[in-house]
Amino acid sequence: MLYPRIIPCLLIHNKGLIKTVRFKDPKYVGDPINAVKIFNEKEVDELIVLDIDASVEQREPDYKLIEHLAAECRMPLCYGGGIKTVEQAQRIFNLGIEKIAVSSLAVEQPGIVAEIARRVGNQSVVVVMDVKKTGLRNRYELFTHNANKGRGLDPVKFAVQMQDLGIGELVINSVDQDGMMTGYDHKLIDAVKEVITIPVTVMGGAGSLQDMGEVIRKHSIIGVAAGSLFVFKGKYKAVLISYPTPEVKEAVFKEYFHP
Amino acid sequence: MITIIDYGLGNIRAFQRVFEHLKVEVSIATCADDLVSATKLILPGVGAFDYAMTCLNHSGMRELLEKKVLSEKIPVLGVCVGMQMLASKSDEGVLPGLGWIEGSVKRFNPETIPFKTRFPHMGWNSVIPVNHSPLMNGIQSDSRFYFLHSYYFEAVHPGHTIATTIYGAKFCSAVQRENIFGVQFHPEKSHSNGVKLLHNFANL
Repeated sequence: MLYPRIIPCLLIHNKGLIKTVRFKDPKYVGDPINAVKIFNEKEVDELIVLDIDASVEQREPDYKLIEHLAAECRMPLCYGGGIKTVEQAQRIFNLGIEKIAVSSLAVEQPGIVAEIARRVGNQSVVVVMDVKKTGLRNRYELFTHNANKGRGLDPVKFAVQMQDLGIGELVINSVDQDGMMTGYDHKLIDAVKEVITIPVTVMGGAGSLQDMGEVIRKHSIIGVAAGSLFVFKGKYKAVLISYPTPEVKEAVFKEYFHP
Repeated sequence: MITIIDYGLGNIRAFQRVFEHLKVEVSIATCADDLVSATKLILPGVGAFDYAMTCLNHSGMRELLEKKVLSEKIPVLGVCVGMQMLASKSDEGVLPGLGWIEGSVKRFNPETIPFKTRFPHMGWNSVIPVNHSPLMNGIQSDSRFYFLHSYYFEAVHPGHTIATTIYGAKFCSAVQRENIFGVQFHPEKSHSNGVKLLHNFANL
């Protein structure tokens, strides 16, 4: 039987790992390679690593770092940050990454995203949608560049466009819920899931395994990602890298996963 | 020595890392000369079938590779698209495969898949060893491995299937014909189960 995926998401800023709240107030949480080693031991389902500086600074992906991450990682790894060309994507795959994630590229040059999917296989291309509520009517809007650039696009329509383009996975990231640890934005997830048949991973807001369970209960096969939940402990947010043990994970599936 | 075939596709370093960890001698081949000393081969692969075949056909390694595998009969393990390349053809493309194991590569039938999310088949799924292959030694039934694909290998001879997995319908997730092995999942990314399988391959 195929299972939902429980995924830590790590953000890289100035070569260190950080965690944000609503994409702001970055808090240093450690060294990326060290974190990967810990997640190896904990046998995590998958890992998402996003370099949040690359696109903003308009620089190339940090290949040295990606190479280290890929070599160390004994689980599937999705890397995002600064990918702008087919050649860059190809180079990253050759370093041993399973999936690449793009966001601003998908908005600005969808043709390149389609070309990457055609060249390397659509299963390896992930689009991350950073979504924030805007305006008086709190409409969902797509953002890029660490939520600094509103794109005036409706995430539901955009998700359909991306699916039609031939991508393999969609990550729905709620900017409003980022780091809040009060649960995912179900309204957003439901709206996108309604129109999509490719795999979806949700991010932003997980404060407990129960929060993840609620998404699994509703959508069964889905990726549930979290940052804070797996890097902080306690109400004062002491840095401690954690992940559910196989037994705890089984218990979550038993309670919430009924396909 | 286990030699990983680097024709421009796949997680070369991830395999290298696992074998180093197991203290198994490992090398990477980027040209025919690098294949000479190989006693076992890994054929990795990600992406589209035709693109992978094109890269391999242009690598300058194919001829010696066929000699090593088909005449000298050294063990080879195709992984993911590397497994699919063992077949004669694929629904995903127009180029012929290696044709080392009789079979063809099919696309999953979406009608049979019970989830709203259908393609690709992505994530951790249970693998059930059948037909007692040494590659699957010590791998419990229902062990989970990581999958990422939309096409699967359909073997002509049922005896060549050494593991099955269910995604909608049951499909062949590992094959073997004599010295030629293939796995659809990614052992290099499947934690301890994957390490065990690669250890088995190293011990063949």
